[in-house]
Amino acid sequence: MAEVWEASKMIELTIDGKKVTAKEGDTILKVARENNIYIPALCYLEGVSSFGGCRVCLVEIKGSPRVFASCVTPVAEGMEIITNSERLKRYRKWAVELLLSERPHVCSVCVANGSCELQQLATDLGVDHLRVEREWTNYELDLTHERFAYDPNRCILCTRCIRICDEIEGVHTIDLMLRGKNSKVIFDLNDKWGFAESCTSCGKCSAVCPVGALYVKGKPHSESKRKELASFVTSRRSEKTIG
Amino acid sequence: MPDAGAQQAGLKADRRLMLLEAAIRKYQYRKDALLEVLHTAQELYGYLDRDLLIHISKLLRLPPSHVYGVATFYNLFKLKKPGTHVVTVCMGTACYVKGAEDLVLAVEREFNVKRGGTTADGKLSLFVTRCIGACAMAPNAIVDGETIGKATPEVVLKKIRAIMEAEKD
Amino acid sequence: MKPDELRSLAQKEAEARKSYRYRINVCCSSGCMPFGALKVLSAFKDAVKEFGVEGECYVARTGCIGTCSIAPAVLIEPGDYLYQNVTPDRAKEIVKEHIVNGRPVKSMLYGNEAYFKKQLRIVLRNAGKIDPLRIEDYIAVGGYYALLKALTRMTPEGVIEEVALSGLKGRGGAGFLTGLKWRYVARATGSPKYVIANLDEGDPGVFANRTLAEADPHAIIEGMAIAAYAVGASKGYIYVRSEYPLAVETLKKAIEAARSMGLLGEKIFETAFSFDIELRLGAGAFVAGEETAILASIEGRRAMPRPRPPYPAQSGLWGKPTLINNVETLANIPVILLKGSEWFASIGAKNCTGTKCFSLTGKVNNPGLIEVPMGITLREVVFEIGGGVPPGRRFKAVQVGGPSGGFLPEQLLDLPIDYESLTKAGAIMGSGGIVVLDDTSCMVDTAKFFTEFCVDESCGKCVPCRVGLYKLYKILDGFTRGEGSLEDLQKVEELCEFIKEASLCGLGQTAPNPTLTTLRYFRDEYVAHILEKKCSAGKCFKNGGGVGGE
Ligand SMILES: Cc1cc2nc3c(=O)[nH]c(=O)nc-3n(C[C@H](O)[C@H](O)[C@H](O)COP(=O)(O)O)c2cc1C
Ligand code: SF4
Ligand code: SF4
Ligand code: SF4
Ligand code: FES
Ligand code: FES
Ligand code: FES
Repeated sequence: MAEVWEASKMIELTIDGKKVTAKEGDTILKVARENNIYIPALCYLEGVSSFGGCRVCLVEIKGSPRVFASCVTPVAEGMEIITNSERLKRYRKWAVELLLSERPHVCSVCVANGSCELQQLATDLGVDHLRVEREWTNYELDLTHERFAYDPNRCILCTRCIRICDEIEGVHTIDLMLRGKNSKVIFDLNDKWGFAESCTSCGKCSAVCPVGALYVKGKPHSESKRKELASFVTSRRSEKTIG
Repeated sequence: MPDAGAQQAGLKADRRLMLLEAAIRKYQYRKDALLEVLHTAQELYGYLDRDLLIHISKLLRLPPSHVYGVATFYNLFKLKKPGTHVVTVCMGTACYVKGAEDLVLAVEREFNVKRGGTTADGKLSLFVTRCIGACAMAPNAIVDGETIGKATPEVVLKKIRAIMEAEKD
Repeated sequence: MKPDELRSLAQKEAEARKSYRYRINVCCSSGCMPFGALKVLSAFKDAVKEFGVEGECYVARTGCIGTCSIAPAVLIEPGDYLYQNVTPDRAKEIVKEHIVNGRPVKSMLYGNEAYFKKQLRIVLRNAGKIDPLRIEDYIAVGGYYALLKALTRMTPEGVIEEVALSGLKGRGGAGFLTGLKWRYVARATGSPKYVIANLDEGDPGVFANRTLAEADPHAIIEGMAIAAYAVGASKGYIYVRSEYPLAVETLKKAIEAARSMGLLGEKIFETAFSFDIELRLGAGAFVAGEETAILASIEGRRAMPRPRPPYPAQSGLWGKPTLINNVETLANIPVILLKGSEWFASIGAKNCTGTKCFSLTGKVNNPGLIEVPMGITLREVVFEIGGGVPPGRRFKAVQVGGPSGGFLPEQLLDLPIDYESLTKAGAIMGSGGIVVLDDTSCMVDTAKFFTEFCVDESCGKCVPCRVGLYKLYKILDGFTRGEGSLEDLQKVEELCEFIKEASLCGLGQTAPNPTLTTLRYFRDEYVAHILEKKCSAGKCFKNGGGVGGE
């Protein structure tokens, strides 16, 4: 535990031209948020490991032709970070459009309408039509759990639920099955949620789901979201990544 | 001595189970040996059914969803029982360029089976794979473990018919 | 094993080899096996007895020679006489004529002279010339001497320096400087350290690593042991594709043999260096060859890449410093140590030294595995060694670098093969796949084929690759069925840019290459598909009206 008490080295860098100081080793996203600079993020969840999958948190770093996912890229001394170029907007728009087209995200009939992070981001980015065709996936809605519901047709595979169930609740009821475009969030051995023996019904997963895929039955979506998060995160884990 | 959990999981206490558990012991119940264990289990049982996955997850003390996630990530692992006979057609680049698609179509048509599937009577499975490393002999098909290089639809069909016939006698 | 024991064993074996006037190498690797290689092997054994030349003629069971298209292949030394399509009857005749009467049977020889002239075999130095299952064979040709030299006469830093000076770059795809990578791992703190030999070889249409493992497994093992000594690792893993059963079997036996001779294990050559190797089998996932995914796979998890940093050199297997090298990279190492970095650096091109193995396949007269100096032109490979496209057909394109590579047209055939030139042209070195396409291949269809491969193999972690590639596939598929408009081409380019730039790992970052290069060099085919519903190769529009059909 000794390292925890060691004073971390502080470094200086700029984000969108603004000078900021940061702890060495922290991610760009974290430092930006601490300084009230907004970078969108969908798969990122404070308090659990980073995933780096959604790619809406991309930023540019001066001197490199590449773009970087800010939720997994550590800051470095003298870095000049750009969070909002035209190019980044273009990429973020693609990411959001692709997510909206991957499964039938028809917001008007979704429980999360109005409190969905994907919907909000689409509005922010001015996504008003999709350049690619929608998929009309037809996964079965799982209503077997007495308190929660799972609609795979809304899932954006951000894995927040998986990480919080594993790292905070400590049971690892949830994981992904198959791969690529066939990936799907499952409980235990691809069981119906109500029959997943390992689930403690803690509700953390549904609280952090950014969209309307996991939700509390019979409760307005906005009320069951994230508010409780602070109390979950009793121990901040180091920001390692899972694969 | 088979593990007590085995019967619970609905597995017969037979030789296969002994060998599987011996393999798991050899890996000292290490969680990171999951892929090795799944390989062994599939070799012994032919495919990975639910009971087997439950048993493995218990012995390795891994969450069931993790085991299921791994078993379905990798193409090689089969969760459904394959047919008595298995035809695998290579659809890697070299084979594709040399007409592997025609081999697949021929088998699909003649035996009324879809790629990745098994005939209704459970006699024949048709799988496609991506390169078996014999590209210079493209296109390649494997019928019950035997590789046919420079394959043509006629040769492949003939071979399959032959093994299906042999079965009948 | 003591140093002296290696020397005396090598001497004894070399003398035994010399006592035979001829050596008949019968390939029994996975290309020749299905064509009766084992029967040919026993026919040769019988024939030498029958003609009473057992004493001067050694019949060896060897690994792949590289000319799998003429299976079963047999190589007779001295003189490197390569016989094609050998049958048991022919074996008998070859013994009678070649050995007894001293007259090679010209009509049965592989007549492709460029095949020998243009090649330079460093990695494949022993392929087809030793019995992979006899460690003594490897020792007889100087095997494990480089390890002995490293352990007894060089410091770890000295080994790294030698590798760095050779200019060797990783042969697994990215072309990273091997010496530099070793230095990172050597300097990283943490213990134990690990070495991983990457033999996932997921590129469909590539079989160089398979050949190497089946023909000369000890070259990989020795290379790994030297690497481990240099970076301070004590444990190694070879990650092999499970689609290569013979390679798996061969490596397993080779590791056991090395262990039983004390070339793996505790205190190798009576030094303080201990090192052992474990095999790990893949299970059908192309992405598992990516360097962070391979870590996940060896740890028993889903092979999903993770962001870097941290690099495996700092935090690899179980969070420990880990060196990951391709097996071809590793097989170069013993030769570099024995012949010196200067010698190695003099081969190939500037900034790109040494040789590279290529799997030459597709519509080419002489498909097979070749090893050529870097800097050779594509034209030499395709038309001289490969003998061009089959009679009556027209060359159209060559696809270099597998599913993440690109298609290059006729006018780029004089491009020298090196990392930079290929990347500039939109292809990549990749793991060395060269697929030749003639006028029967449609570029739109082939781009779609590669995109579909990447869709199937995407791990699904990041959005550009998981969703973007699938959408790209759908659009390309539309083109082959008469859907889509010219505006869609613009959209395809934008989508490709996003996938390339925003994907997490190399799979997504390179997957648009086939589409982008076909758009760059064969745009008229796309236009013909869209505007005229015409496919000059007759591949497309089969299920939906349109022209075409064969
Ligand atoms: C999707 C993907 C698949 C890969 N597959 C392989 C492979 O099969 N074999 C290999 O050696 N390298 C493969 N690589 C490259 C490795 O990540 C890594 O760069 C290489 O093994 C390093 O070895 P080297 O420096 O000796 O080339 C792959 C990379 C990606 C992105
Ligand atoms: S309710 Fe709690 S235990 Fe159950 S799946 Fe969700 S996070 Fe895991
Ligand atoms: S269910 Fe919700 S939290 Fe879980 S992966 Fe899907 S979108 Fe993310
Ligand atoms: S680029 Fe593709 S394979 Fe790589 S991490 Fe993203 S989804 Fe997975
Ligand atoms: S928030 Fe960074 S990739 Fe999703
Ligand atoms: S592509 Fe079929 S064997 Fe390689
Ligand atoms: S397998 Fe025999 S030459 Fe390649």
